[in-house]
Amino acid sequence: MKNILKSIVAIVSVSIAFTSCNNGKSSKSNGALSSSAAEKVYVAPGEHDEFYAFISGGFSGQLAVYGLPSGRLFKVIPVFSQDAEKAYGYNEETKPLLNTSYGFIPWDDAHHPDISQTNGVLDGRWVFINGNNTPRIAKVDLTTFETTEIIEIPNSAGNHSSSYVTDNTEYVVAGTRFAVPVPQQDIAIKEYKGKFKGTLSFIKVDPDDGGMDIKFQLLMPGFDYDKAHPGRGKSDGWFFFTTYNTEEASTLLEVNASQNDKDFIAAINWRKIEEYVNNGGGKMMPTNYAHNVYDDQTHSATSTMKKEVLMVDPLEVPGAVYFLPTPKSPHGCDVDPTGEYIVGSGKLSANVTVHSFTKMLDAIENEKFAGEAYGIPILNFEDVLAGAVEQPGLGPLHTEFDGEGNAYTSFFISSEIVKWKLGTWEVLDRQPSFYSIGHLMIPGGNSQKPFGKYVLGMNKITKDRYLPTGPEVTQSAQLYDITGDKMQLLLDFPTVGEPHYAAGIPADLIKPNSKKIFNLEDNNHPYAAKTEADTKVVRDGKTVHVYMTTIRSHFAPDNIEGIRVGDKVYFHVTNLEQDYDVPHGISMIGANTSELLIMPGQTETFVWEPKQVGVWPFYCTDFCSALHQEMQGYVRVSPENSSTPLKWSLGEDIE
Amino acid sequence: MKHLFYAFALVALVYSCKNENKGASTNSTANQADTNKTERSGQAFITDDESRPTVLHIAIGSPDHTTLVAAVQAAELENALVNAGPLMVFAPTNEAFAALPEGTVENLLKPENKDALANILKYHVTPGNYSKDFLKKFKKLGQANNGYVQVEVVDGEPIIGGAKILASIPAGNGIVHVIDKVLLPPTEE
Repeated sequence: MKNILKSIVAIVSVSIAFTSCNNGKSSKSNGALSSSAAEKVYVAPGEHDEFYAFISGGFSGQLAVYGLPSGRLFKVIPVFSQDAEKAYGYNEETKPLLNTSYGFIPWDDAHHPDISQTNGVLDGRWVFINGNNTPRIAKVDLTTFETTEIIEIPNSAGNHSSSYVTDNTEYVVAGTRFAVPVPQQDIAIKEYKGKFKGTLSFIKVDPDDGGMDIKFQLLMPGFDYDKAHPGRGKSDGWFFFTTYNTEEASTLLEVNASQNDKDFIAAINWRKIEEYVNNGGGKMMPTNYAHNVYDDQTHSATSTMKKEVLMVDPLEVPGAVYFLPTPKSPHGCDVDPTGEYIVGSGKLSANVTVHSFTKMLDAIENEKFAGEAYGIPILNFEDVLAGAVEQPGLGPLHTEFDGEGNAYTSFFISSEIVKWKLGTWEVLDRQPSFYSIGHLMIPGGNSQKPFGKYVLGMNKITKDRYLPTGPEVTQSAQLYDITGDKMQLLLDFPTVGEPHYAAGIPADLIKPNSKKIFNLEDNNHPYAAKTEADTKVVRDGKTVHVYMTTIRSHFAPDNIEGIRVGDKVYFHVTNLEQDYDVPHGISMIGANTSELLIMPGQTETFVWEPKQVGVWPFYCTDFCSALHQEMQGYVRVSPENSSTPLKWSLGEDIE
Repeated sequence: MKHLFYAFALVALVYSCKNENKGASTNSTANQADTNKTERSGQAFITDDESRPTVLHIAIGSPDHTTLVAAVQAAELENALVNAGPLMVFAPTNEAFAALPEGTVENLLKPENKDALANILKYHVTPGNYSKDFLKKFKKLGQANNGYVQVEVVDGEPIIGGAKILASIPAGNGIVHVIDKVLLPPTEE
């Protein structure tokens, strides 16, 4: 009997498999029964994923690199956080990257990665990402997958409506969430209204090396600037920012910032302001912010304090700034690939509001204004409205596009993704998320050219989805196939930190550019030793510089004597390897820092302050070779006043 | 019988959806099986024009080492020679091989002598990476076949198992020292 049952099950499965795959079309529409979710995400051993996904780590301050559709984690790139694994923020070379006007800040809240674009299409050169808490924008180089630049944003607080790039990466844009006194001053919090301001910063990007420089800041009314998006295609040249707290409350915002029926989307004609600035417009304002740049040839970062910024008063540039009334504290601010539709999702609204760029231009041309706020014209809601998705769900947040005329909006409260059609505003499909989705991402889904094969939902609440790990359970990301009429949930994978937002891109746009080694000949680190013959130990008072090299499987030198208690010993270690995927590590007993992890051709430095007399070992921390365990050495530490001569060697007295 | 039936069901499931794989970067199990059985794979077959060449690739690129390369291929030692190592390879020139008694090389290249050939080749490899000058510090080197080769210093030059070092080329995963004699492992006592 049992056997018969089993056979029936087998027959049924076979027939399902046959019928479902008879034609490609039908398998697209019928969800999980028709085709195997497992097969769609299976990337066989040795094969590569089709997409890279750069998923921000939120409060971990990092950016994690995953493959899609497999959900495999490839690398965690430290950006605004120290990372003991890679010595980022621990070694002497990268510490300056975390410098700010407040000093060294080894943490931030990393939110919105955005990949550089050319002509509105992802070009895969850099990822920009914002630090919220101590306002900063970072650039990650996609040849090395390392953070190579961080610029602090002055006159900003809670750098949240950031870091989005324009169609040709002319600018990466950062807006303040908190309004603050500009410049900062000692005034009563109750003086908020009128005295507090919100700045929107336009950071010019060098087209050759991605170098960032604040071109100007726009001094806006003291609202909270929540999210932002550049115009695309026909609306290129404009930038849109959602605002909330147009009530300008400073306390109990959950009530006080929800009084107005509508807040605004601020529409900024940045090209007009750029022209104004290029013609000498704006006022230089004294300020203080850090600009930190890492150089691939010195393998070191430098931090420069900048002392002024160009401030633009929007009232001085007529026709550059308008307010579009948008219901109920809009959060997400998303522009469709054609640039016509500007989607504002009111957190507390039951509808998703869509504005029309054409209608906006028309209303501006006909000067149909409903009023003004601090001198900035407000357009009529009805004049700019393209349409609304009626009652699609609860708590709309963010929208991405598939390039086929469909939009996908995340709903936090009703915990789902809703697919709807641009133009008709009809709801086409809805799929639950597990649970309480925040952002969602389609590779290229915020550009002119989405690669609409998958949508990735990033969830805030996990609860029972994984094996429990105590009170904290990691956040999840969920991958859906969107090639059919209905979305199909394929995969649910854990992430690092809070997966706030992500940027996805076809792997082929990045893979060929990924660097394998650093050329040793190009190493311009001031303390590099490029051959074993160049290694030495130099004393300068109580400071000692060790010029050290690594090659499988030894350090040169590996025996050092003449170090004294109270010295400050800098180990400058150059990895002489010129072979792909052969870093060396080093750590010294009692060093108050992390290991170093040195890439082929690179030099890195750690500091050791010996506190005890004795003979102390160091070793290679990265399993580099068959003789990795032999890769070790000793430093003899003598008393502070001793006269032990300084001496270093490798391979003396081989038996 | 029952098992046969399940096997059929499984095969049907695997193959039924094959036409859906449109040859993107992701492959199905069926495709994977195809690629595995044909060509040889491993680190030796990775294309990498950025890193410094490995000891294997240096030998392959040298017109003076065609015999050595043929021997390495016959012994199927390619993947070992691109390993993270570190590997110090003493690479006899074609001339050095030619100086062996007539028929030696031809004999070693025969499939039935693969183990003997591998033993000789491994006797030319030290786990390590030392410059010619640094080699003078050694009295002997432990080789990859478990044997030892003597190091002497004659007229200020290191002599490895009686062979002179003609040139030294740093490699991505070690170093190649070109030598003028084939090193023959000491015969077992």
